[in-house]
Amino acid sequence: MDEFEPKIVAFVCNWCTYAGADLTGTSRIKYAPNVRIIRFPCTGRIDFMFILKAFARGADGIIVSGCHPNDCHYTSGNFHARRRWIVFRSLLDFLGIDVRRITFSWVSAAEGAKWADLVNQTTAEIRKLGPYTSYHKISKPEEEVIYG
Amino acid sequence: MDRVKQKARDLLDSNKVQVVIGYEEGTDGTARPVFIMDSKNIDKLIFNDRCYHNLAVYLTKVEVEKIGRVAVEASLNTLKGIVKLASEGQFVFEDIDILGVNRNGELYEFASLDEVIDYIDQHPVEYSPEEISLLRKIESMTREERWEYWQEEFSRCIRCYACRAACPNCYCDACIVDINQPQWISPTPDALGNLEWHIIRAMHLAGRCVNCGACAKACPVDIPLNILNLKLAEEISKNFGISEEFLLTNYPLAIYDPNDKENFIK
Repeated sequence: MDEFEPKIVAFVCNWCTYAGADLTGTSRIKYAPNVRIIRFPCTGRIDFMFILKAFARGADGIIVSGCHPNDCHYTSGNFHARRRWIVFRSLLDFLGIDVRRITFSWVSAAEGAKWADLVNQTTAEIRKLGPYTSYHKISKPEEEVIYG
Repeated sequence: MDRVKQKARDLLDSNKVQVVIGYEEGTDGTARPVFIMDSKNIDKLIFNDRCYHNLAVYLTKVEVEKIGRVAVEASLNTLKGIVKLASEGQFVFEDIDILGVNRNGELYEFASLDEVIDYIDQHPVEYSPEEISLLRKIESMTREERWEYWQEEFSRCIRCYACRAACPNCYCDACIVDINQPQWISPTPDALGNLEWHIIRAMHLAGRCVNCGACAKACPVDIPLNILNLKLAEEISKNFGISEEFLLTNYPLAIYDPNDKENFIK
C-alpha cells in the first residue's frame, strides 16, 4: 500500500452544488479525484441515515452541500436541513463519532472555484485524519450488500 | 385514591368509558399497568412512586381503540405524553378521560388540552441528579472515550425494542427498523446495527421526546437511553431557544429560523 487515499462521499443538491461542481469541470479547474458525488433534489432530501450508510460502506469523509440560505429552489429545504444537521451533529459527537469527517457547506451554482477548494481541503484534512477504522471495524464495508 | 377509584367506578358503571387503564400491584414489589373493564375490579387500582410506566403509550394502540372509550390514570409524565400525542393528531383529547389527583389532592378536571398544558407548566419536572451527572460525565469525556463508552453500552443491546414499545411517541405502524425493502438498519444485534438503531431512535424522538425516561426503565440491559434524549432536548433548547412549553405542542425540526447558527458550515 502506498499513500492512503481517502474515500469521500458528497451529498449535494441538484440546483446549486451539483451545478457548481459542473461549473468546476467546465471551467477546467482541477481538484482531488477522491470525491464521489451523489445528486439529490435538495439538501432537505438528505436523510441522516445516508451519512451513516456512507460511513458503514467504507467512506472516510463526507461532504454535504447545497444552496446558500435564502437560495433554496424549494424556498426552505436548506433551512430545514440545517436544523436537522445541528441536532444530528451534536448527537454524533455525543456518541463519539468523528464529526470532523463530515463537512457541511453551501456552494452555489456560480461557485465552481469554491467547490474545488472545498474538495481539496476536505481531502487534505481526511488524509491527515487517516482511514476511519473505528467505524469501519464495526461495519463490514468490503462485504457487498444488495438492497431491494 | 378512593375518590379516583370512585370516579373510575362511576365511569365504568354508567358506561361512559369501556376501559380504565391504570396501575396495579405487580410481582416483587413492582407496579404494572392494568386494564379494567369491569367495575368490580376497580380496587386493584394503585398509584404511587413505583408507577413509572407512561400509560399514554396505550392510547394510540388499535386494540385499545377497539375496546371503546378510555379513562387513563395519569401521572405527570403520562399527561405530557397525552398532550404530545394529541398535538400530533393521534387522537382527539375530548375522546379520553383523565383520572388522578393533582398536588393539592383534588381530582383532575381538565376541560381542554390547554388546561392540561397549563397544569404541566405549573409543575416542571426536574431531571434527577443522577441523569444530569451522567450526561455531564459523558460530555466531559474525550471523543474516543465517548465512542468506547457507547460501544460498550450498545454491545449489551439485544434489540428487543422494549424502548420502542415503552415510548408513547414511538407509534409508527411500520417502524423504519422493521422495514426490509430497503433495509436501513440491520436487525441483528451487531455493533453496527445497534449503533444505527439507537441513533435513529434518538433522532426520530428529537424534539418530540417528553423525557419521561420510560425507555431507559424498560431496557432489560440498562442502557441509559434517556441520556441520549436528554442531550438532544438540551441541544434543541440551547440552539433554537425553544421553551419546554413550546416543545410540548410543536415539532422544532419541522419549523426553522433563518438565523439558526451555522458556525460549522463552510
